Amino acid sequence: MLRLHYNLEKLSMGLVGAIIVAASIGGLVEIAPLFTIDETVAVPDDLRPHTPLELAGREIYIREGCYACHSQMVRSLADEIDRYGPYSLAGESAYDHPMLWGSKRTGPDLARLGGKYSDLWHVEHLVDPRSVVPASIMPAYPWLARPLDTGLLHDKLATLARLGVPYDEAMIAAAKTDALAQSRPDSDGAEAVTVRYGGKVAVRAFDGDPETLTEMDAVVAYLQSLGTLTEAPYRVLAEDRP
Amino acid sequence: MAGTLSIPERQIALLLSGLLALLGLVMAAAARHGVMVVHGAMALGLGVVLIFIVGGALYDPAPPTDRMRRYYDAPTRFGIVMTLVWALIGMSAGVWVAALLYWPEATPLWPATSFGRLRPVHTTGIIFGFGGNALIATSFHVLQRTARARLADSVSPWVVLLGYNLFCAWAVTGYLMGSTQSKEYAEAEWYADLWLVVIWVTYFILYLRTLARRAEPHIYVANWYYLAFILVVAMLHIVNNLALPVRLTTAESFPIWAGVQDAMVQWWYGHNAVAFFLTSGFLGMLYYFLPVRSGRPIWSYRLSILSFWGITFFYIWVGSHHLHYTALPYWAQTLGMTFSVMLLVPSWASAGNAIATLNGAWHKVRDDATLRFMFVAAVFYGLSTFEGSFLAIRPVNSLSHYTDWTVGHVHSGTLGWVAMIIFGALYTLVPQLSGRETMASPRAVEWHFWLAVAGTLVYVVSMWNAGITQGLMWRTYQESGALSYSFLESVRAMAPYYLLRTIGGALFLTGMVICVWNCRATMRVAPGAATDHPLVAQPAE
Ligand code: HEC
Ligand code: HEM
Repeated sequence: MLRLHYNLEKLSMGLVGAIIVAASIGGLVEIAPLFTIDETVAVPDDLRPHTPLELAGREIYIREGCYACHSQMVRSLADEIDRYGPYSLAGESAYDHPMLWGSKRTGPDLARLGGKYSDLWHVEHLVDPRSVVPASIMPAYPWLARPLDTGLLHDKLATLARLGVPYDEAMIAAAKTDALAQSRPDSDGAEAVTVRYGGKVAVRAFDGDPETLTEMDAVVAYLQSLGTLTEAPYRVLAEDRP
Repeated sequence: MAGTLSIPERQIALLLSGLLALLGLVMAAAARHGVMVVHGAMALGLGVVLIFIVGGALYDPAPPTDRMRRYYDAPTRFGIVMTLVWALIGMSAGVWVAALLYWPEATPLWPATSFGRLRPVHTTGIIFGFGGNALIATSFHVLQRTARARLADSVSPWVVLLGYNLFCAWAVTGYLMGSTQSKEYAEAEWYADLWLVVIWVTYFILYLRTLARRAEPHIYVANWYYLAFILVVAMLHIVNNLALPVRLTTAESFPIWAGVQDAMVQWWYGHNAVAFFLTSGFLGMLYYFLPVRSGRPIWSYRLSILSFWGITFFYIWVGSHHLHYTALPYWAQTLGMTFSVMLLVPSWASAGNAIATLNGAWHKVRDDATLRFMFVAAVFYGLSTFEGSFLAIRPVNSLSHYTDWTVGHVHSGTLGWVAMIIFGALYTLVPQLSGRETMASPRAVEWHFWLAVAGTLVYVVSMWNAGITQGLMWRTYQESGALSYSFLESVRAMAPYYLLRTIGGALFLTGMVICVWNCRATMRVAPGAATDHPLVAQPAE
């Protein structure tokens, strides 16, 4: 062996080849099967993709680095289930490019956040967290009150559709109007949003003001959608714990 | 810079600078959104500055004709300067974000100074800016010395260093403007990622071409590590960053991976960024500078073979230990855990080999702060790899994951190992490249050493306490079966530890400031002596 290595050290391309082989095996074994086995590719029947407004909120969540403090992955441990809700399933994030499971909980997990608080609570909390939770160390985000830029939404949905997220032609074409309509319950397009994305989609003036579409509308719509895109985790947990 | 190039090389450099300026111009003109315009302007600016530097010196006297019989050290010197610059940026950002967790209102209410945007500025600035420049700069030095050959050409080292720093600057300024892929340690957007691929391939080719000219039949072990660093980082970077831009004229993109596959790819990347960036490359540094500084050959050649292949083969498997109890399939978690534990063997083989090398030179460790930096680095390397294997065990991870224990572990590795070995290498290289026996102030090196050790200990110990407290508070139940603590109570319990961590970080940063001052004084004192050194064999083997 030592002799063999002694000779290998004289060949730079030999070393290069050996390093590539040694460093490829583990990744191949662990990653490749994830694209075929049922457990990881099965998508719950009732899973819906994010609406354009929620997607815009998700992009802001990414932009502001909320994921640096918040996870969205409830582990299958008793205390986490009791604290946050049913543990997360692989299929739930099947349409998430990228996933936002997170790695640090400076703040609590948000995977089951939807419906936990009112829209108003979120708005106040985001503008000034310490006004609602005095001991909070979360940063304030007052600038979310600015208007939402919907210019790229159409292309964003189209790009995601090319990556396999089930946005159909109509959804892509209506991306901008749907974003606006979801925050204006009394507008003409409001019903179309629920037709396209399902009756459970929240159509509200999330920031309390139906006049202007703001980044706050988008973020709150996104936060309220967390954990509501499918019922599957609740079903699975009920089967686990009869 | 230009003075060290021959006239034809200056012409090539001028052409490349022009191309860079053109690329920047096209980007800025075509882009529809702010970030890409700014980044185009940055490339344009760099291109124009380079045109002036190179163009202005185009017909200056050519460098000495015997230069091929000398090592080419100018790029290393530049790389060291950039290492110091990024160290200040990255560590200041670190101290700042640390302070924000204790005092969340310490920052103006501007988007760019918000925690979520500054945190990746810290991680990217410090890992890629500080660590990456140190790796590239030392790799050029080590490669030439152990191959007894001059770098294969004089233009591509500059392409690598300047291009790499442009990448880092793009990444960091992008986060401040809110442009990020959100993938940890791979936050930079698609065009920056593509750019890095070009730079990295240039680096790899330069490395191989220089190796091909070597006057030593054997490739010294430090180079195996540097090679593994270059190759595997390329592989990880490309696979993890595969993304579809929303438009070619916007910075926004979506990764092609989604959900559980994305999580696995991300942590395959993320942990191997630790392995092949923050470990492999720095072991290359250790295997060269430790023997050189202590004047003793590496203790065991066999052990270095074992640990090299062990690290290269085992590490790649362990990323899934970041996903215990998540929706990742159980078998994949188990593989990650098993290999993480096995990884302890080659890791300790490396650490042990380094420490055993010092056997017989303990008086030097006592007297020489530079060697002491390397010794402490090896010790922390051993400690944090032990901790890593321990944290990868599933039940332990159920407590530690998501808490500050991870952050403590990360920094015992990065402050205690990565930064310390860089300091050891810097204090060896800087005087040597400046034609001096010692640093301008050896006493300042002592000060830096003790500040760095104290800062690391305060940081790591406070984060251990913070993490274990958090983990326990989250899982404690009352008799009645209800959870004992609200999340907020655990947030409140962190305050003293976050304060302590900020103090520890400030100590570490103070040491760094002293280091920068000292390096500057050393590099300035003897400008005449800072010429390239003649090719000679090194005692490393
Ligand atoms: C510095 C870390 C940090 C960042 C960054 C951060 N948060 Fe928080 N977040 C916290 C902490 C700590 C809490 C718990 C205290 C509180 O409720 O304010 C919290 C609580 C929350 C809650 C309440 C969750 C619950 O179940 O009670 C929501 C919702 C939330 N954050 C959303 C966000 C959003 C959206 C962003 C990005 C725009 C964000 N956070 C960024 C630290 C952070
Ligand atoms: C001046 C000293 C430093 C200070 C004060 C500091 C502070 C911090 C802080 C506050 C965080 C965020 C933790 C959180 O989100 O809770 C962090 C994360 C991180 N830092 Fe540092 N840091 C320092 C030096 C370094 C160095 C030298 C390196 C690498 C060479 C480094 C690498 C990292 C990494 C990789 C993370 C991400 C950790 C994770 O995601 O778990 N840091 N640091």
